[in-house]
Amino acid sequence: MFPLNKDKLLLLILRVLTGISVASLLFILFYLFKEALPVVQSNSLLNFIQDDSWYPTKGEYLLSPMIIGSLMIMGGAMLLSIPFGILSAILTQFYAPLWFANVLQRITEILSGIPSVIYGFLGIVIIVPLLAQFEAPGTSVLAGVLVLSFIVLPNIILIASNSFAQINPIYIHNAMSLGLSRYAIIRHVIFPQIKSSLFGGIVLQSGRAIGETLAVLMVCGNVVQIPGSIFDPVRTLTSNIALEMAYAMDNHRSALFLSGLLLMIVVLVIVVLTENFSPQENKL
Amino acid sequence: MNNIPGNSSMPDLLLKISSWLCGLLIISFFSYLLVDIILNGFIRIDWAFFTDSPINAGREGGIAPMLMSTLLILLLCLLIALPIGIASAIYLAEYTSEKQWFSRFVRRSLNIIAGVPSIVMGLFGYAFFVIALKLGFSILSGALTLACMVLPLLIRSIEDSLRMIPQSYRLNAHALGLSQWRTIFRILLPMASQGILLAVILSIGRAMAETAALLYTSGYVTRMPESVFDSGRSLSVHIFDLSMNVPGGEQSAYASALTLIILLLIINSMTVMFSRLIKKGSIS
Repeated sequence: MFPLNKDKLLLLILRVLTGISVASLLFILFYLFKEALPVVQSNSLLNFIQDDSWYPTKGEYLLSPMIIGSLMIMGGAMLLSIPFGILSAILTQFYAPLWFANVLQRITEILSGIPSVIYGFLGIVIIVPLLAQFEAPGTSVLAGVLVLSFIVLPNIILIASNSFAQINPIYIHNAMSLGLSRYAIIRHVIFPQIKSSLFGGIVLQSGRAIGETLAVLMVCGNVVQIPGSIFDPVRTLTSNIALEMAYAMDNHRSALFLSGLLLMIVVLVIVVLTENFSPQENKL
Repeated sequence: MNNIPGNSSMPDLLLKISSWLCGLLIISFFSYLLVDIILNGFIRIDWAFFTDSPINAGREGGIAPMLMSTLLILLLCLLIALPIGIASAIYLAEYTSEKQWFSRFVRRSLNIIAGVPSIVMGLFGYAFFVIALKLGFSILSGALTLACMVLPLLIRSIEDSLRMIPQSYRLNAHALGLSQWRTIFRILLPMASQGILLAVILSIGRAMAETAALLYTSGYVTRMPESVFDSGRSLSVHIFDLSMNVPGGEQSAYASALTLIILLLIINSMTVMFSRLIKKGSIS
């Protein structure tokens, strides 16, 4: 018997626990695969884009309206929140007096912590009735885009302010002593430097936006269709899972896991891509 | 950077005006939403709201069981995630360098886990904890699922605070002949304790805002949970259910949303307080 070496024991415990935290990713992937497999085996992958419609009880699993729905809502929300987010980050970093910039920063931090269900609920009581005055029923693509923008906006502002704040002040001092105007400094000195980290942060955020579930579900009307206008109801991939998981059986359930797997792959690709072109943006 | 002198060039003026408009628009939008929640929420809140069980699907009565479930889920989630998180962080910070392939692999896996949409995490929790481990719809299943979600954040921030400790402490401890075991438990962990506390508070905030992952893991039973194997409805799920499935549940939804926001504000101000303490250098 050799004496128990505490240091070796400690290292062993640390290794095992670190192993567990990495293994959780493998478990997630494994279980999604396992549960998604039956429906892929009994149908070909083409069925998910070629079936007539989404009637899971009759064995029709057309996923494309939901995929298009997810992309529309995500794309709209990003289009709306990126300019607003970057402009208000410019305000806090360059134009606002310091006290106001600090207030804005604190408010943004608080807003980014507000749960998305609360934004969804406010969407139901404020945005949907407002839109219904223009065109019934109010639960629509536009409502989803607006609510999702509210959720994403605070994060975009924080990402943009962080990238602005990372700039070495020497560049700015030099540019100032060269007599460049404020606009020229922002546009030609600062912006080119933060472009890639800003882009990485925004792409990561769009991954989060496409995964948003309940807030979007609450205001989108959830009709399975490719919407003809922004006032039409729509259903996203994520809402589809949340709505039907409660009663889905067999292949139907499996199809829902397949859509989960699809979302997971999208996120995987996004994370790996952003890691490669902006190493400093990997922080959570 | 708010000290770059302005000039009256056209583009500078344009950027100034548009960023101010945008900042003010955002502030007024969000303050409208907050005031709406506060005004409508306070009507319904009294002491009994926090101590009673919901009556009539939540239209009347209180939210005591949801507060209890939320608390249990959070406690259990931390109990599971904290040991694994601290161990992984120690392993990453003390035994691996940032350039080694294993540490890069762990980091990448954690980044991917952090990006998994919460509904997909919910699917995994349902397939693994609820069905495969036979835990059923229970507070334990929900807590385990949430533990997977907060683990990346927890590990990353604890690792950061360990890496902030100057190398000289480790070298001195080694020179004095302290074992690795003692160095970690008597020197490094106590020094990182504030950082760990900050990580815990951040994780609580993240976990409390979570909804979609809990829908199919901890369930939505409104009874007061008797053990961690009971199903329990978290506060966020309660808000979702009231606004989607209970006509006339708006007042209670407002009041629950206000409660959740106040709880998150308390957590947020604790975060700010602790990060200030840490920045003051009280741990160096």
